[in-house]
Amino acid sequence: MRSFTYERANTPVEAAAAVARVPGAKFIAGGTNLLDLMKLQIEAPTHLVDVNGLKLDTIEPTPEGGLRIGALVRNTDLAADERVRRDYGVLSRALLAGASGQLRNQATTAGNLLQRTRCPYFYDTAQPCNKREPGSGCSAIDGFSRQLGIIGVSDACIAINPSDMAVAMRALDATVETVRPDSTTRTIPIAEFHRLPGDTPHLETTLEPGELITAVSLPPHLGGRQIYRKVRDRASYAFALVSVAAVIQRDGTGRVAVGGVAHKPWRVEAAEADLPRGPRVVTEQLLASAKPTHDNAFKVMLVERTLGAVISEARS
Amino acid sequence: MRFDTPATTSPIDQLKVVGQPTDRIDGPYKTTGTAPYAYERHDVVPGQAYGFVLGSGIAKGRITAMHLEEAKTAPGVLAIVTTLDMPRLERGMMNAAYLFGGPVIQHYHQAIAVVVAETFEQARAAAYLIRVDYQPEAGKFDLAAEALNAPLVGDDSGEGSSGPPEVRVGDFEGAFAAAAVTLDESYTTPDESHAMMEPHATIAAWHGDRLTLWTSNQMIAWSKRSIAKILGIPAENVRLDSPYIGGGFGAKLFIRADAVLAALAAKAAHRPVKLALTRPLIANNTTHRPATIQRIRIGANRDGTITAIAHESTSGNLAEGKLETAVSQTRLLYAGANRLMAMRLAPLDLPEGNAMRAPGEAPGMMALEVAMDEMAEKLGLDPVQFRILNDTQVDPENRDRRFSHRDLVGCLRLGAERFGWDKRTPKPAHVRDGHWLVGAGVAVGFRNNLLTKSAARVRLDHEGVVTVETDMTDIGTGSYTIIAQTAAEMMGVALDKVAVRLGDSAFPASAGSGGQWGANNATAGVYAACVKLREAVTQQLGFNAADAVFSDGEVRSGNRSVALAEAASAGELVAEDLIEYGDLAKTHQQSTFAAHFVEVGVDAATGEVRVRRMLAVCAAGRILNPKSARSQVIGAMTMGVGAALMEELVVDKRRGFFVNHDLAGYEVPVHADIPHQEVIFLDEVDPMSSPMKAKGVAELGICGVGAAVANAVYNATGVRVRDYPLTLDKLINRLPEAV
Repeated sequence: MRSFTYERANTPVEAAAAVARVPGAKFIAGGTNLLDLMKLQIEAPTHLVDVNGLKLDTIEPTPEGGLRIGALVRNTDLAADERVRRDYGVLSRALLAGASGQLRNQATTAGNLLQRTRCPYFYDTAQPCNKREPGSGCSAIDGFSRQLGIIGVSDACIAINPSDMAVAMRALDATVETVRPDSTTRTIPIAEFHRLPGDTPHLETTLEPGELITAVSLPPHLGGRQIYRKVRDRASYAFALVSVAAVIQRDGTGRVAVGGVAHKPWRVEAAEADLPRGPRVVTEQLLASAKPTHDNAFKVMLVERTLGAVISEARS
Repeated sequence: MRFDTPATTSPIDQLKVVGQPTDRIDGPYKTTGTAPYAYERHDVVPGQAYGFVLGSGIAKGRITAMHLEEAKTAPGVLAIVTTLDMPRLERGMMNAAYLFGGPVIQHYHQAIAVVVAETFEQARAAAYLIRVDYQPEAGKFDLAAEALNAPLVGDDSGEGSSGPPEVRVGDFEGAFAAAAVTLDESYTTPDESHAMMEPHATIAAWHGDRLTLWTSNQMIAWSKRSIAKILGIPAENVRLDSPYIGGGFGAKLFIRADAVLAALAAKAAHRPVKLALTRPLIANNTTHRPATIQRIRIGANRDGTITAIAHESTSGNLAEGKLETAVSQTRLLYAGANRLMAMRLAPLDLPEGNAMRAPGEAPGMMALEVAMDEMAEKLGLDPVQFRILNDTQVDPENRDRRFSHRDLVGCLRLGAERFGWDKRTPKPAHVRDGHWLVGAGVAVGFRNNLLTKSAARVRLDHEGVVTVETDMTDIGTGSYTIIAQTAAEMMGVALDKVAVRLGDSAFPASAGSGGQWGANNATAGVYAACVKLREAVTQQLGFNAADAVFSDGEVRSGNRSVALAEAASAGELVAEDLIEYGDLAKTHQQSTFAAHFVEVGVDAATGEVRVRRMLAVCAAGRILNPKSARSQVIGAMTMGVGAALMEELVVDKRRGFFVNHDLAGYEVPVHADIPHQEVIFLDEVDPMSSPMKAKGVAELGICGVGAAVANAVYNATGVRVRDYPLTLDKLINRLPEAV
């Protein structure tokens, strides 16, 4: 861990301005991912702006009938919120499928969206990694890639986003609210929030330098059966091999987003029209451009079978 | 005390204390955080500085230069020792890898520098500032590729399993060719990490030319000799102290880089230095269980009698490294007149393979006991019956040599009854519970019992307190408790009148913790010392040693009764002795036995395997403490589930290292994976083993578990996976069509 300076911001704009002012600065909230990466010197911020005091920790109804989740709402609190459990079950289930109780107590809503990949080569600083050190190469493509991406991958990177929460947010069409250093605000649809790796895998989101997430908003609830199915090698405390977030209506229509396959939560809206026709035809469209490695080719079949299980659970 | 004839009656047989399910006496210390582990021994020596170990970024080659300028001037830095500062150091006992010194890199994350600073964070930050120039070389990292040319090699695991390069009994090829029913299959097991909770850690301090290491080590006497050899100093100048150990599983049998670098760093910094290996270094810097490729052939008559059995195994290691003795148990487990066992060793440039819980036996049984399941199916026999049919009471290679005591059949029968084996549906993929495909499997556990000398000292003070001192270690196993129980039984006092001090090299040398030999041998050593102390007491009190009874804190003979404490009223009584063994282990095969029964559910859609319940029935001589023995076995069963379903150090065959080198990437079972475990011990004694009539259970508990899980998965799905771990990607394309 390199030495760094530290300050506590008083308002969101102040925080954004502070990060924009100091080259190499970063926000810190729960710290469940950033601190680990700093210890390994994968992240080496020069300055940390602590946003924990910004009071962005409430969940409020929106005028449209949705929910506005403060950036600092802890994963545990979000999963336990009565409105979330009632109207956005897929989100609550996704949160509870992630990490451990201790981590969820600490991790925040915004931080969860910003967590970095778990590619093992990203974590080993002796190995080339375009995400960690742009231009150094990718060790994973011809290496151990069982956990890694099968779609939206590039020749530079096949890492995946490890978040469970983000997959549910994608199925729900959440929007990310931000404030910029110049105090302007904007909302970013979750579909446009995470990037594909392309030839700049070190850029993971569309946030601008210094731009701070203030909230994540959910549109009015969708009803239906809300299911989050996470497939993993052990029963708890493991990242998804594949996950499916689904909202399925009584008539068999609905939405699905898939985790564990790409650099972002993966959803193809056009495929959803075929949900009543079963998992195969949907998966064919979802993963039409899949480019798996030898190690992770099984994920294609796993997506289809998991989706099949989710659809039949919704029907039951 | 020499033990060379079977045990007769002794005070131990009273079983007032021994054999009782006593709570662990160190339990309250551990649960309240007052049992300090090596890295936490802040008060043993003042002025402790922090060390951080840097590992090599290449797997094979040489270091041509190390650039230290930035690191040296980093805040708080006190000293830096690099591998270029000295020639290659000697190795300690039973290790293949060189731990430090010289420019040659043998394996990834080999220690190449230690940075000492005032704080841990400073040491770590400075270590990352060291730039290293390497000259990499191509290496051999692919066991399957190297196996083709691997020579036959014989070896001994150092923990009891062994074999010559090749064993032939009768005419295997002829009998196999003539057999009515045959099986010929190959199995693989991956490299595995010990992944114990407490990392390797040491605090080192020099006083002149005398070195003290507060460390985490299973084998104090071995390691004292080893560190002396590595550093080139007299063994009498070294003290090791390791009273509490947060798990070892074989990873801490030896001196490893933590101890060596703490000692070198303390010398360079002129300060005591503490350091721990980071998680990534534990995978690639220390030792691991080597991967195996195994071929098993079995031939049998139609009635199920095995006529031919062959087990061949190939593993890899660094030059001079050990073989994984995976065929050793097949030599002894089942009858069959015609036998072939062979072991091959391929040179590899991966980190050092060495002992991990049941080295040899664990991966060997994972293959053999699946083969037995497959063979039973071919024969149309129940897998329990097939094993009973081929039981042997003699060493199949030397039929004059009997087992000291073998009740494997009793384990299988009782296990089948308690598990409800008769309710199992033998036809695979026929039981469904919601979205789960349900199956049950059985496998045998089989591990040998090792006899090795062990010494102890016992003291009696004027308050009647008995203090035991031995360098025996407690790696979470319960050594403190069973040693206290032994001394209490022998001296006729309550447990709270016994103090046990362990893990200090100043104490008499014990068997140590390894090879499941610790419990029987270390308590037998305490027994021997207590026999001497009883003689001293009777002499002091004027009793006839032959008829004195030690009970309830008193010594009695005839009508006379004296408080035990009286014997020490004029001064402490001290006695020391060791147990050493004759040839009972040669004339008789001493082993421990288990039957493992497992029920699994396999998700019909995803292929996720989850264990539903497990039962182990164990026969291991006298059980000294059923509670701590049960803990040992359920821990081993859990580790067996890990081996079956998820544990694998993944080799990057291009870059030559274990990629998933932290606990996020190397998954071991969590609580949610282990819903229900039951352990039954057969009520038995083995008078050939020691005066305690006990044997070990720690490694028995893991042997066979993986195969029982694999057999249950087959029963659930009809899919036979012969490459561990049984992850869903190996099942999913062969599962029954999803709904």
